[in-house]
Amino acid sequence: MTAGETGHETSRDEDLRLTVAPPPAGGDGAGLFDLHHPPSAELISDCVHCGFCLPTCPTYALWGEEMDSPRGRIYLMKLGREGAVALDDTYVQHFDACLGCMACVTACPSGVQYDKLIEAVRPQLERHHRRERHDRLFRAAVFALFPHPGRLRVAAVLGAAYQRSGARRLLHRGRLWSLLPDRLQAVEELMPPARLRRLAARTPEVTPAVGTRRRRVGFLTGCVQRVFFADVNAATVRVLAAEGCEVVAPRAQRCCGALSEHAGREPEALARARRLIDVFAATDVDAIVANVAGCGSTLKEYGRLLRDDPAYAERAADFSAKVRDVSELLAELEPVAPRHPVEGRLAYHDACHLGHAQGVRAQPRAVLRTIPGLQVTDIPEAEICCGSAGIYNLVQPGPAGELGRRKVEKVLSVAPDALATANPGCLLQIRRYWPGDLPMFHPVELLDASIRGVDPIAAARAPGGRRRPPWLRRRHEARTAEPGRF
Amino acid sequence: MTTYAGEYLDLLPEPPAGRVTAAFRADVARAVGPGGLITEPAQLRTYECDGLTGYRVTPALVVLPATTEEVAAVVRLCARDGVPFVARGAGTGLSGGALPVADGIVIGLARMRAVLSVDVDDQRAVVQPGVTNAGISAAVAPHDLYFAPDPSSQVVCTIGGNVAENSGGAHCLKYGFTTNHVLALTFVTADGDVVQLGGDAPDPVGPDLRAVVLGSEGTLGVVTEITVRLLRRPEAVRTLVADFADAEDAGNAVSDIVAAGIVPAAVEMLDELAIDACERAVQAGYTPGCPAALVVELDGVAAEVEDEFERVQEICRRNRTTHVRIAADPEERARVWKGRKAAFAAMGRISPDYFVQDGVIPRTRLGSTLTRIRQMSEQAGLRVANVFHAGDGNLHPLVLYDGAVPGEAERAEHLATAIVELCVEQGGSITGEHGVGSDKACSMPKMFGPDDLTVMARVRAAFDPQGICNPGKVLPTPRLCGERPGPHRPHPLEAAGVIERL
Repeated sequence: MTAGETGHETSRDEDLRLTVAPPPAGGDGAGLFDLHHPPSAELISDCVHCGFCLPTCPTYALWGEEMDSPRGRIYLMKLGREGAVALDDTYVQHFDACLGCMACVTACPSGVQYDKLIEAVRPQLERHHRRERHDRLFRAAVFALFPHPGRLRVAAVLGAAYQRSGARRLLHRGRLWSLLPDRLQAVEELMPPARLRRLAARTPEVTPAVGTRRRRVGFLTGCVQRVFFADVNAATVRVLAAEGCEVVAPRAQRCCGALSEHAGREPEALARARRLIDVFAATDVDAIVANVAGCGSTLKEYGRLLRDDPAYAERAADFSAKVRDVSELLAELEPVAPRHPVEGRLAYHDACHLGHAQGVRAQPRAVLRTIPGLQVTDIPEAEICCGSAGIYNLVQPGPAGELGRRKVEKVLSVAPDALATANPGCLLQIRRYWPGDLPMFHPVELLDASIRGVDPIAAARAPGGRRRPPWLRRRHEARTAEPGRF
Repeated sequence: MTTYAGEYLDLLPEPPAGRVTAAFRADVARAVGPGGLITEPAQLRTYECDGLTGYRVTPALVVLPATTEEVAAVVRLCARDGVPFVARGAGTGLSGGALPVADGIVIGLARMRAVLSVDVDDQRAVVQPGVTNAGISAAVAPHDLYFAPDPSSQVVCTIGGNVAENSGGAHCLKYGFTTNHVLALTFVTADGDVVQLGGDAPDPVGPDLRAVVLGSEGTLGVVTEITVRLLRRPEAVRTLVADFADAEDAGNAVSDIVAAGIVPAAVEMLDELAIDACERAVQAGYTPGCPAALVVELDGVAAEVEDEFERVQEICRRNRTTHVRIAADPEERARVWKGRKAAFAAMGRISPDYFVQDGVIPRTRLGSTLTRIRQMSEQAGLRVANVFHAGDGNLHPLVLYDGAVPGEAERAEHLATAIVELCVEQGGSITGEHGVGSDKACSMPKMFGPDDLTVMARVRAAFDPQGICNPGKVLPTPRLCGERPGPHRPHPLEAAGVIERL
């Protein structure tokens, strides 16, 4: 197949339609890619093929194959630009297998911007490659659910009913479970235990600062976060207020588009970005705070995402400049609220979209170290992704499972009393593969507890404390992805 | 100009005539399982070069075996059908040693990455070839042991590749090369037999075949298990960075340190361009704009290290150092080394493309050679950055160029070759640690006479009479280098369109 034949013979899903010229025939433009932001030849040429990225790449760590390594994928991009390869399932699978964890960006001595490269390739593949029917349907279902808190709430209620009615026990007892496709098993196992009482929780539109107001900040409540991790949002607002921030959380805010952006669904991501910029336009805040690593990193990218839109380019850049992860903001502020001891050994897990994508590593640790009694330890092989990676553990359950088990092994090696990470995805992923009961927190929850004078780690240790639901205690042997073809 | 001896030409086997047929492919798939085979054209292209991207050849097949038995089975099939093979680790080599052979296969050892056993009392470990150099040290760190050879790419390069190239590193000045730290090898011969070379004792009886294989660049067979020697971590380590206004002063300081009877663990030098690239990459705290910086590290017994560290500083001052920075803690020391070790890869920050050279000169010629390199760089109108192991005279000039400018790559290659030949003229060598590979095979006659090459060809033919192990590497052939070996000829494979350059 030549470059000219690859792209545009099939119809696209409506929401992915984008008015761009098809790839020029004869490979004289960007080869397989159309001219709407193809992976930049200049960025590709920054790669000198030294291989320093290999040891930190999760898929290279799993399979040891060149084409599933960062430099291999960049090589494939180069071949794609030259039109030297076909845009087929083989080509696409290596980009689909990339977790987008950006560990290679941290590792690269030559400063190759793999983040920009992969984010340029994914929309191209979405536009010019037609996935198989079951894959399309599954992805469509994921995107019809996760970015919609309203629908998520309904799903959570159904999920709670499922978990409590005995249907779950029945399913797991029989052979039925093993007959489910891997992806559905992943959805079922990653589903957070819903707590119905908390589903109704809403973040107040304005929360005044305690004492003297030091900042006025906007707060992104998130989608999965606000439905399943309402406690984390509540803790974030309390901590920010206690540290002198007035917190503004506009009711009208919707999904920030991070999941869509990371999956290459560009038009959807851009539409969501514009909407969120509009919602925060009237708030007049000093900073916009995110407590989800994946959302925060996309918010910081809005300037680049909307660079072509004359109406939004400047506003998007201004918006991005104001975005802070909650730990960044807290590290900037001299603590004013008194802390009480939280005793225990805490393993801190760097979420890839916080550490690699945003370069925020020191701040969460610094914030946690303001808590007396808390012993914060690092996890070996911290740079390798846990396999969560947005919707990766749903669409690529095989490799995600292997990475999840690998991460759990490393966490176990430091024998912690609790684990903290700033991304709900990581939390669900690690919990799925954790063999016993381990209290897991967002860092801000621990800070909140410390300020309120309670010790959640001790509480979890006490009999009848925070327990892992029985259906999660069994370790599943997820099928190992066969190297080379998955 | 050297010509080839008649016997040498007779010893060179005909290029292997075997092809990867459907039957061969099916047999290989049976040997390693379908998951261990890479066959799609787009996937194969990602294996077409290693760290030296100037030479590229797409292999017919890539095989990823998981055990010694699988490697042996694949090699037996290659021997049966006369199919050439190239062993590959992480593909970070800088001399094109893992450049595939057209119509041949690549045996990738990236999945053989287990540390098989650690013997703490006897200070050795048995590892598979795909374990990274740094991975060995990490695996034995809980026992306060480490693996001494430390190539700059140690976080990614594999021990199998280190064995093939007899890799060195900053600390080989004091501790020696890979060959000094490998006790035994499990080796798959060119016809697929599995043999043990060397043994657990430091000095086994009989000819040292282990030493013959070490550094043979994959031309004799495939190493599938390595017994490495481990060292106890030194009691004390001190590191300093001394800036000099002139590379000649820095060179003299190195000679004075060695003349004073001090054996530093490492002595490294970086010039202004190299410092610029390192600082942009990792902010290691080198002084920007400094014409020559020396990194000196001492290790050993605390009292001795303290005494010698004072004397090193005194020697630097005597040679007009402009600034001495002493690493205050292990973190700062790690930062200094991170900068030095990222130097090659960091060149991407200051130049779109570069050639890394690897030559050796007598330490006493450091100053004058650097001056000559500068003159040659000015004449060619190309920038040359210098990063090198000053303690043992191992130079790594990096010739910077822009492949997008027509003709610049060729000029850069000429300059790089001329620099290496300058090293030979100065009484040195064409390679210190990166190996000969594809890149320097045609420079071999610059350094070795017809008799030397004939002896090498005899050794090679004794191990691999069919010539299927990594053919076209190390030994020059009229086919590769033109009838009269010498510099500045376009590669015939390139002229024939078989390989291409960036």
